[in-house]
Amino acid sequence: MTAEITGYLRSDGRKGIRNVIAVAYLVECAHHVAREIVAAFRDHDVHLIGFPGCYPNAYAQRMMEQLCTHPNVGAVLLLSLGCESFNKFSLADAVAASGRPVETLTIQTQGGTRRTLAEGRAWVARHVAVLAEQTRVPMALHELVVGTVCGGSDGTSGLTGNPAAGRAFDRLVEAGATCIFEETGELIGCEDIMAARAATPALGAELRAAVAKAARYYATLGYGSFAAGNADGGLSTIEEKSMGAYAKSGQARISGLIKPGDIPPRGGLYLMDVVPDGEVRYGFPNISDNAEIVELIASGCHLVLFITGRGSVSGSALSPVIKICANPDTYRRMAEDMDVNAGRILEGEASLDEVGAEILARIVDTAAGARTASEELGHQEFILTYKTFEPIGPACLPNAA
Amino acid sequence: MDITDDPRLLLLSPQDNVLVAREAIARGTAVMMGGSAVTLAIDVPRGHKVARAPIAPGDCILKYGAPIGIATQAIAKGEHTHVHNIRSNYTPTYFIEHGETTP
Repeated sequence: MTAEITGYLRSDGRKGIRNVIAVAYLVECAHHVAREIVAAFRDHDVHLIGFPGCYPNAYAQRMMEQLCTHPNVGAVLLLSLGCESFNKFSLADAVAASGRPVETLTIQTQGGTRRTLAEGRAWVARHVAVLAEQTRVPMALHELVVGTVCGGSDGTSGLTGNPAAGRAFDRLVEAGATCIFEETGELIGCEDIMAARAATPALGAELRAAVAKAARYYATLGYGSFAAGNADGGLSTIEEKSMGAYAKSGQARISGLIKPGDIPPRGGLYLMDVVPDGEVRYGFPNISDNAEIVELIASGCHLVLFITGRGSVSGSALSPVIKICANPDTYRRMAEDMDVNAGRILEGEASLDEVGAEILARIVDTAAGARTASEELGHQEFILTYKTFEPIGPACLPNAA
Repeated sequence: MDITDDPRLLLLSPQDNVLVAREAIARGTAVMMGGSAVTLAIDVPRGHKVARAPIAPGDCILKYGAPIGIATQAIAKGEHTHVHNIRSNYTPTYFIEHGETTP
């Protein structure tokens, strides 16, 4: 470990490893104006987020509140058209209560595109200068919240990248950090072995129920969480993909089950249940990898490990993404998009432990301010769509008190 | 990771009835499995599976020591084991048939 982690101290005690100005559109109709404001600040941490829908959704409202008060966010500019149903007032109040600068620009009130753009760019320019004056304070490894996701999986993902990320997770959990794995639709078939790792039998039952819910949900939709490219890469069934994906969670005891936007109460390993509750509505739970990354960030992840075999190029708004390439052929073709070459394991050039240690070192460097490949390339993907969740039950966080 | 007789084929768990190709192996290559040579009938891309032993229709496919599907037809020792001859116990696998070579 070479670098010293530092962070921006926020009023809730959490620390951020980036100091981003989030520019958020609150309906698709305000998307273009928000994007044009952000485009003027390419060389700064000014990121575009938003929700496209015009109809109210409690999940989206809560996600936006958690994202706009995320420790990596230093200031927030909200872009409203004016007639959408999103509650911009309560969102602005939540951001203001967190001590962050916040402004709401309503395009209908401002008088159209150009006036809103001018006002928005001026506000962002002022706050780029304000945030540049803020200083970083020391931050311990155990203060980090790290998520993991896999995408573009193939037959190598479960052999190299995912178990190596699991080794890094084990060491983070030992250090007292918080780790979150997710995508219950890609744990179908793993429910028994996973439940056996739960901190309590009641939590084990909740983990099983979450996977059963995912299996039901996907069966109704007619497809598993499985893309055509997964089959090209050698994966034949959802349960085979699941066994590979499950390896990301490492070996640690599972401390709890959370839903998107829930902040884990303390260090440990948590499963995020991303499949909506209730009857099937609004379509697929996670329409693409970035929907999962956004949910991990909403639950406080400072950074996200992304393991890919086929070769994803994605990053994210708000939190850095560390890309771990499982397949050595893919790595050779797409090295500029990758942070770690776990494919070396297949070629006999490194062990799982060595790559796990390399991933941990990358996490520390990134938390200390080093830019990931996707950050350098300007990736700031973001997607948020409609969902419905019930709050988690008391058995989900047995050690919360 | 345990290594079977041919180092290009990985046995992930002793109970498994499939092996995983550590690298792409060309059609016509003779690979050693359990002491006998088997000639591969197709190109096996990296990360794909071949049967370690004869598998009957309805048999459970084991990889990582865990069930990953059911054989839909008889699979010979050394045969490519994939979406054409195994199925999920949960949801059907979606794939696109095309002539594009898997990179």
